[in-house]
Amino acid sequence: MVQLTIVDDVTVIATESLSKRFPRVTALDRLSVDVGPGVTGLVGANGAGKSTLIKILLGLSPASEGRAEVLGLDVATKGAAIRERVGYMPEHDCLPPDVSATEFVVHMARMSGLPPTAARERTADTLRHVGLYEERYRPIGGYSTGMKQRVKLAQALVHDPQLVFLDEPTNGLDPVGRDEMLGLIRRIHTDFGISVLVTSHLLGELERTCDHVVIIDGGKLLRSSSTTDFTQTTTTLAIEVTDSDAHPDGTRVVREALHARGVEVLDGTNGLPGAGHILLLTAQGEETYDLVRDVVADLGLGLVRMEQRRHHISEVFHSDADEQDMTKEAAVHGG
Amino acid sequence: MAVEQPLQPAAATPGDQTRIHNIGYRNYDGPRLGRSYATRSLYSQSLRGAYGLGRSVKSKVLPMLLFVVMCVPALIMVAVAVATKLKDLPVDYTRYAIIMQAVISLYVASQAPQSVSRDLRFKTVPLYFSRPIETADYVRAKYAALASAMFILTAAPLVVLYVGALLAKLDFADQTKGFGQGLVSVALLSLLFAGIGLVIASVTPRRGFGIAAVIAVMTISYGAVSTLQAIADAQGSSGAIPWIGLFSPVTLIDGVQSAFLGASSAFPGEVGPSNGQGVVYVLVLLGLIAACYGLLLRRYRKVGL
Repeated sequence: MVQLTIVDDVTVIATESLSKRFPRVTALDRLSVDVGPGVTGLVGANGAGKSTLIKILLGLSPASEGRAEVLGLDVATKGAAIRERVGYMPEHDCLPPDVSATEFVVHMARMSGLPPTAARERTADTLRHVGLYEERYRPIGGYSTGMKQRVKLAQALVHDPQLVFLDEPTNGLDPVGRDEMLGLIRRIHTDFGISVLVTSHLLGELERTCDHVVIIDGGKLLRSSSTTDFTQTTTTLAIEVTDSDAHPDGTRVVREALHARGVEVLDGTNGLPGAGHILLLTAQGEETYDLVRDVVADLGLGLVRMEQRRHHISEVFHSDADEQDMTKEAAVHGG
Repeated sequence: MAVEQPLQPAAATPGDQTRIHNIGYRNYDGPRLGRSYATRSLYSQSLRGAYGLGRSVKSKVLPMLLFVVMCVPALIMVAVAVATKLKDLPVDYTRYAIIMQAVISLYVASQAPQSVSRDLRFKTVPLYFSRPIETADYVRAKYAALASAMFILTAAPLVVLYVGALLAKLDFADQTKGFGQGLVSVALLSLLFAGIGLVIASVTPRRGFGIAAVIAVMTISYGAVSTLQAIADAQGSSGAIPWIGLFSPVTLIDGVQSAFLGASSAFPGEVGPSNGQGVVYVLVLLGLIAACYGLLLRRYRKVGL
């Protein structure tokens, strides 16, 4: 049951029935997936095998079975060459508090093989690109979580890799920091031309950032498809409208109007107080957005919010498992 | 986030430098010097770090202070030798490190943990191993750096003594030979102390614990060995004294240099090891250095990512 998606003619990461077994756990179970250039999200719950996969791809841990290539290099034999061309940003803290960001990143650039002068130039450039300015001369210990994440990102980018592995880069960030980090990740590909493999346990935030999403669960490939496929089938819109004198209960009026036009509207309250003004509906594409806009405008109400609702990973797992059962059946019937 | 611009997919091709409002990303196409260069960089960074260079002012204080403390007695001896026109230096080159062993132990106890415990504690190790260097490169660079730092610490006062001896117009051949023997002795001492210090420090991510453990191992072993040797001496069983000396780092070095490097032993009653026992001393010394290196390799193979 291999789901291959043709992305581009170039493959950045390719695995072929890759397995990793520990004495008591199977971390990866015959994982076959191809990843092309661009930003790819690797989604899975904690313990799904994301970190194990990154370790294998960096050539630091041998696979029990199967093979993998990164940038066309075999992970089993070309580990050092891969690590020269790849950047890695770990999930956990990894910064010494008593040195400045500049000193630290210069050192890491040299550890990647950059000559001293180049290391200093690249450090200054990279720290600027991730958004660290005057503070880069101060000891890291005094940085906010968001600034530390930027330093971690800078050390992964300083040697201008062709590919970076970002392990949970939005962990511990507040919503604003999260958005900034996601924007930065997007720019790594669009502006810097570096391919990205970014892990998260939140599908929603990857939907906004990634060209392609790979979902693994229990070491198995659950789904690998481009983000557009994803959002088409899974987007839920949350809308909130104002009330007016003509329509004292705007929410109810909009719901009825939309219902009349054949759009199924769910109640967003879930019995929670204060959430009574939120309506949830499934977007069928561009026209749904236009429809909502027109309906609200025709009623003379104000549209307070219209946003895509984040799906929790478990929802996708659930619906995806159902889908897979169907695919399996289809495959059996198809021969 | 002043630089962060709204996404402009049309203009955002890699290497596009035509936008005026943003100095675009520049790709790096210069040389990548690879593993051995990275290992050398780690060596020099760690060596500088062992004297607090490239680190905060606070972390320069202790190593620099210990360095001064190591050299001051040598300066005084030289001054005395020159002023009073002594026929020989008051202390042998080989004896100097044995006398100053407390300072040396303190140095290794403070700097071994700063060299390796910090990387473990702040989890910086994965950043190294996600780069071209391998476990063995990391261990070699760290070991070599601390051993070099200790060699600088222990050889500097010998240089002071040697220069002073030449200024005092002492016998050149005699002094050069003694100086050479002293250098060999402190080189072995540096390798041994650095190895023991690093092995102990690499087990704990907590620096304070590392410092205490290194001091404890150095002083307790020396204290126990000297006490046992004194008891053996008092009971007239001086044959046992050299064998007991095998069990602490300082007395091990003392034994090796009194057997082969012309030193007079600091053991009670100056009972140094015989030539046969000296061979055992050298084997134990080299075995310990190799064991430290092996243990470090094993330790870091587990740390990984």
